[in-house]
Amino acid sequence: MGEFCMPSLGADMDEGTLLEWLVAPGDPVRRGDIVAVIDTEKSDIEVEVFEDGVIGELLVEVGTTVPVGTPLARIEGATDAGRRSAPTSPPVPAPQPVAPAEGPPRGVATTARTAGRVLSPIVRHLADERHVDLHHLAGTGPGGVITRRDVEGAPRSGPGGVAAPLEHRPTRATPADGRTRSSPYARRLAAEREVSLTAVVGSGPGGAVLAADVPAAAPVDRDAGMRDAIARAMARSKRDIPHYYLQTTVDLGVALDWLRTRNEACPVVERVLPAVLLLKATASAAAEHPALNGWWEDGHRPSSDVHLGVAIALRGGGLVAPGIDGADQMSLTELMTALRDLTGRARAGRVRQREWTGPTITVTNLGDLGVDAVWGVIRPPQLAMVGFGAVHDEVLAVDGAPAVRPVVVASLAADHRTSDGIEGAALLSRIAALLQDPDALDRPHPHPTGGATP
Amino acid sequence: MSTTTYREAMRDALAAALRDDDRVFLMGEDVGAYGGCFGVSLGLFEEFGPERIRDTPLSEAAFVGAGIGAALGGMRPIVEIMTVNFSLLALDQIMNNAATLLHMSGGQCNVPIVIRMTTGAGRQLAAQHSHSLEGWYAHIPGLRIVTPATVDDARWMLQTALDDPDPVLLFEHGALYGAEGELTDDLGPVDLDRAAVRRSGTDVSLITYGGTLPTVLAAAEELAGRGIDAEVVDLRTLRPLDDEAILGSVARTHRAVVVDEGWRSGSISAEISARITEGVFYELDAPVGRVCSAEVPMPYARHLEIAALPSVDGILQAVEELGLRG
Repeated sequence: MGEFCMPSLGADMDEGTLLEWLVAPGDPVRRGDIVAVIDTEKSDIEVEVFEDGVIGELLVEVGTTVPVGTPLARIEGATDAGRRSAPTSPPVPAPQPVAPAEGPPRGVATTARTAGRVLSPIVRHLADERHVDLHHLAGTGPGGVITRRDVEGAPRSGPGGVAAPLEHRPTRATPADGRTRSSPYARRLAAEREVSLTAVVGSGPGGAVLAADVPAAAPVDRDAGMRDAIARAMARSKRDIPHYYLQTTVDLGVALDWLRTRNEACPVVERVLPAVLLLKATASAAAEHPALNGWWEDGHRPSSDVHLGVAIALRGGGLVAPGIDGADQMSLTELMTALRDLTGRARAGRVRQREWTGPTITVTNLGDLGVDAVWGVIRPPQLAMVGFGAVHDEVLAVDGAPAVRPVVVASLAADHRTSDGIEGAALLSRIAALLQDPDALDRPHPHPTGGATP
Repeated sequence: MSTTTYREAMRDALAAALRDDDRVFLMGEDVGAYGGCFGVSLGLFEEFGPERIRDTPLSEAAFVGAGIGAALGGMRPIVEIMTVNFSLLALDQIMNNAATLLHMSGGQCNVPIVIRMTTGAGRQLAAQHSHSLEGWYAHIPGLRIVTPATVDDARWMLQTALDDPDPVLLFEHGALYGAEGELTDDLGPVDLDRAAVRRSGTDVSLITYGGTLPTVLAAAEELAGRGIDAEVVDLRTLRPLDDEAILGSVARTHRAVVVDEGWRSGSISAEISARITEGVFYELDAPVGRVCSAEVPMPYARHLEIAALPSVDGILQAVEELGLRG
């Protein structure tokens, strides 16, 4: 008996949505038959089965989004594909009345359907992008088919018509190649005004964004959409994740002296902010503590790679926390460059899908605002958030005598389902220890498995 | 200021040049006793005599070549060719001699000739007398191509052309001869390096020259009634193009429509569109629009000729296609 799994249809695909089953339990299949339609970020793709057999249980319902590799259906091992064998287990509740009893001919379906109507991928994507409800749209194409023009002329159903930017998936308003149809002048204006073109409704030919469509500043709708998304994610975090908190005060005297000397010897472009030291220390410590680095998705999924989320406040209000992949493997200069690039793009609304969905642990740094400490709210499905307050001078006992030292309060909010206080304490202590040896921090961190990541 | 016609303004310009400079003479088919096929030189034969207003045989290659020889010899000839279609018979002289001799002689021999010719359609003269080929000539280094579109330019461009030490081709649109306008007395020589903004506007640049200028101005009026503020740029000179004026206007309005009576493919309108894209791409809020003649030999039948030419309606539609609504 085999399994038919969610395929990876591209290097950047980590999940897909099952749009349609083209087979039902009991149907014989041959290697190469098209059995389902999968919606990726880029397009609807018909996927084939790689073995002969009979479709057994359908494990995933239509409309469900699952990670790559998730079993979608069981395939009973029989190779006499012509014979219909009884399913060994009763079919799961019928996924959806997708196919009529006789079913569409296998391997020939070229389009997906909604309520029995043919929809082309471009129509589905356009509808998604513009928040148009296809169920209530009359088609003007041949045989009542919904055309692209029908969607373009249809009213929106979503609030403000703007996709939420913070939850798992990137906004569908971003076309596959990341470009919105717009005039060059509108694109330039949007960049100058720090407005995301994907959040702008175009009034030009073919929905192109024209200069007049670009709002003077970030649109109110986008702010509201982002607020909603933050609200949902944070409520979910506090509802689902049993947080525990730890804090420690870290002496930064050595690190800041080292950094000052290093920066003085560097050209301006290679100079590094103190915050980058904190990020690097966190990333290196996280690589050693997989109980706190990874995700909770139907159970603990620790990660040996560190994709370091960075909370970035947007100028128009709101917060995003995209990630830097492999932050633990970077030199300080590399990390500084990556941070500058990420911050710039985040504020311009141009973050990549992997950067949204990838982070395994997130750092929030409120030091600029002068607060002493921050206790984070973990961003689901991650397992921990590390916070840093302002670097400030404090009187410490050093070698039995009082001394004024620059310090920072490092805090940890962690998910008690995957780690206990002892592991959290080890992580925080490790961060503090790494910050006492900044020279070592500047070298790529030895990977826990012994080799560099491929 | 006084009201005059384009034809009379051109005649005044010729007469003034003939009076001012003994080296200037006019030659061409029927320019003398008959007064010019379009009546431009009417009366000049009587005033200046057969030595300076010279009728030629029907041989464009011969009399344009003779004009080039006279220019090399120190004269300031003005050669009239009846229509641009006929100028093709003299293309060899214009391109292989007039345009090249300065360069091929290492700068020793310049050719200070002015060649005037009628261009354009609109008068039911059919496909052998009606085309707009000035864009072809604008392709040729070594020539200056000027296209007076107003009474003032008809009156005052000729002197600048004669002052130029190198060949200048002056295209007079046949439909403009009867056009009346206010003539600015004593305007003096026109700067042939500069385009002119005939109407200022903020929403779209309508770029044109020569015979289509009145059509474009009429379209701009119509657009104003719809709340669209069009700028009208008269190129005046097709070679060298005034990039600064063209790109500057588009940078202000962010949209452009080029109106050209020539055929669209491989035309001067294509060149202008390309320069806009090269120069001010990031200022463009819409693709560059073009309104050109239908790609057919110009029809004789009145209604077909009208249908083949750039029109006010065609310009309005092109502006609408930019996504611009009042």
